[in-house]
Amino acid sequence: MSRSLSFGGDKRRVMVVRYNRPSPIATFVSMQKRSCRLIPFLASLFAAFVLLAAPLARAQLSIEITGAGANRIPIAIVPFAGEAALPPGVTSIVRADLERSGLFRGIEVPTLIPHPTEASTVDYAEWRARLADALVLGSVAARPDGRFEVRFRLYDVVKQTSLGGVAYTLAKDQVRATAHRISDYVYEKLTGQRGVFSTRIAYVVKRGNRYELQIADADGADEEPALASFEPIISPAWSPDGKRLAYVSFENKKPVVYVHSLINGKRRVVANFKGSNSAPAWSPDGSKLAVSLSKDGGSQLFLINPDGSGVQRLTNSGAIDTEPRFSPDGQWIYFTSDRGGSPQIYRMPAAGGPAQRITFNGNYNVSPRISPDGKSLAYIARSDGKFQVTLLDLDSQQTQVLTDSDRDESPSFAPNGRMILYATIVGGRGILSAVSVDGAVRQRLTVTDGDVREPAWGPFQQ
Amino acid sequence: MRPILILVLTAMLAACAGASREQSPAGVEERSPGAAGAGGAQSQAVQGAGVSGTALGGQQAGGLSPLKDPNNILSKRSIYYDFDKYDVKDEYKPIIEAHAKYLREHPEAKMLIQGNTDERGSREYNVALGQRRADGVKNMLKLLGVRDDQVEAVSLGEEKPKAQGHDEEAYAQNRRCDMLYQGEY
Repeated sequence: MSRSLSFGGDKRRVMVVRYNRPSPIATFVSMQKRSCRLIPFLASLFAAFVLLAAPLARAQLSIEITGAGANRIPIAIVPFAGEAALPPGVTSIVRADLERSGLFRGIEVPTLIPHPTEASTVDYAEWRARLADALVLGSVAARPDGRFEVRFRLYDVVKQTSLGGVAYTLAKDQVRATAHRISDYVYEKLTGQRGVFSTRIAYVVKRGNRYELQIADADGADEEPALASFEPIISPAWSPDGKRLAYVSFENKKPVVYVHSLINGKRRVVANFKGSNSAPAWSPDGSKLAVSLSKDGGSQLFLINPDGSGVQRLTNSGAIDTEPRFSPDGQWIYFTSDRGGSPQIYRMPAAGGPAQRITFNGNYNVSPRISPDGKSLAYIARSDGKFQVTLLDLDSQQTQVLTDSDRDESPSFAPNGRMILYATIVGGRGILSAVSVDGAVRQRLTVTDGDVREPAWGPFQQ
Repeated sequence: MRPILILVLTAMLAACAGASREQSPAGVEERSPGAAGAGGAQSQAVQGAGVSGTALGGQQAGGLSPLKDPNNILSKRSIYYDFDKYDVKDEYKPIIEAHAKYLREHPEAKMLIQGNTDERGSREYNVALGQRRADGVKNMLKLLGVRDDQVEAVSLGEEKPKAQGHDEEAYAQNRRCDMLYQGEY
C-alpha cells in the first residue's frame, strides 16, 4: 500500500490524497500485492499543506452493534493453526465480520488438542454438542517467498458435510482483506446472499472547519483520506467499478462536481457552470452522470459525461429537480422535485420523458435510493418533525420506517441490498448508522472526534 | 423610470412569491402574504432614505469605499428570509435597489450572491433551496437593469451556517442570501 500526497492543481484550499490501496485478493487461490507507483510531489509547502496534512493520521470508525437478527446462525470459528504469524489474526476478523452482520453468533471455542485444521477429520458429534450449526477450520503457513498461505474449509455441522474451502496466498499486510474474503465466502454459503465484507465505504468527516473525504473498509478499518479541504464536501458517489468517486466540493465558494480517481488520486472538474452544480449520480454502466445544475435557471437535471462533455438537459420543470439516481437497470431516474408543491420523489425515463410521482404520504420525501434489485426505494421521510430512513416496496406500495432516530440523511444501500447505511445525529454529533432492510439489525459507526456524514457504500469488489 | 422598474419588480415578486420547501413544524410560523401592493410604495420611500448623499455617486477621493462605509446602505449585504419563503421581504428591497444602482453605475463590478438555508432536511435539497433564494435576488437585480454577466447566483445550501445553533434563532440567521463583490469571496 502506498499513500502519497499531492495538490490538485491550483486549489490552495484542498489537498488531494492519492489513494492506492492494493486491490484485495484477485482470485480465490492467489493474492498478488499490486506494485505501487509513486507520483512526485508537485506542490511547494505552504500553510494549507501543514494545516491539512498534520491531522490526517488515522481516527478510524468504530462500530457498535445495537440490534441483531432474531435467528442468528451459531458458528464455531476455530483459530487457524499458525495464525499468530499474521496479526491481528484471521479468525478474529472473520468472527467480528459475521457477528456484525447480525445473522451469525460466534460460539466460544476452547483450546483443542490436537488443533483441528481444514485437513482434519471433523468430529461432527462434538460440534453438535457445542451447539454449532456451522464450523470453520483452517491453517496458516509461511511460504519460502516470504508470503503466506491461508487455507480454510467450511462445514455444515447439521448435515455433516463440507461446504467447500479456499486457499489464499497473501502478503503480511493483506490479513484483513483475506479475512474479509473468508467472511464473504462463509456468508454466501450459509445465507445464499453475497457478502459485503470486502467492500468499502466513503464518508465525510468534519472536524472544526476541516472536511475530509474518507474511504474505509466496510468494517470501518483502514480509513484513508481521499481529499481534505477547508470548504464543505458533500454527496460522494461511487462509480460502478469502484475506481472513482464523484462528489461536490465547495472549495471554489460554490458547489462544483468533481470525479476523483481512487487509483491515481487525480481528479477532474465535471460540472462547474455558472450557478450551482450538484447531486452527481452514476449510470449503471459508468458512462454518464446525472447532475442537478442551475446554469439555465432553477435546479434542473442534466446528463453529463464523466469528463465534463456532452451536457444534455433532462428536466424542464420550473421547479426544484435534484438528487437523481439511476435504477439498477438504467431505465429510470428517480429524483426529488417540488413540482407538486412539496418535495416528493418522482421517476422519469433515463432517456427523457414525462415524470411520474412515486411518494404520496407526507409533505417531505427526499433523497431517493433504489435497492440493488430495483424492487424497493429507500428515502428520507419527514413525519411529526422527524426525518427518518423509510423503505417503500415498489410493488406492494407498503412503507416501513426503519429507524428510531430523527435527523436521518443520505441513505445508501449495501451492494447486496441487505443493509442501509445513513447519517444521523446522536447526542448532537453526526454519526453513521446502518440498519437492515427488515429493521432488525442495527449498527452505529462513530469517530473519536468530529462529525461523520454523507456515507456512500461502494460496489462489490471486481 | 425608477417607479416603473419598481412596479415591474413588484408584479414579478407577486407572481413568483410562493412556498419554498424549507420545513418546520406546521403552524409554528405564520406565513406572510406575498410582497405585492405595499411593497412598491415602501420601496420607493426607503429608497430615498437610503441614498446617503456621499456614497451612491461613486468613489470618494480618499474616503471609505461606499461598499464598506457602514453609513452607506451598500455596506448591507445580507437578505434574510422567512421560514418556508424565498421572496424578498419589503425591508430588504432598498438594499437590493441600492446595489442594483451601484452595479449599473459600475459596469465593471461583479457580484456573487450566495444563497443559504437552515440545516433541516436533505443537504442536496437545501442546495437547490439556497439556489432558488439566490436566483430570486439575481432576478431582482436584472429587473432593475443590472447586466446578467455582472451577477452570479450560487448556493451554499446548509453547508456554511453563519449561526451554529440548532434552534429557530440560529435557523433564522442561516436562511439568508449574501451579496459579495469581486475580491470579497
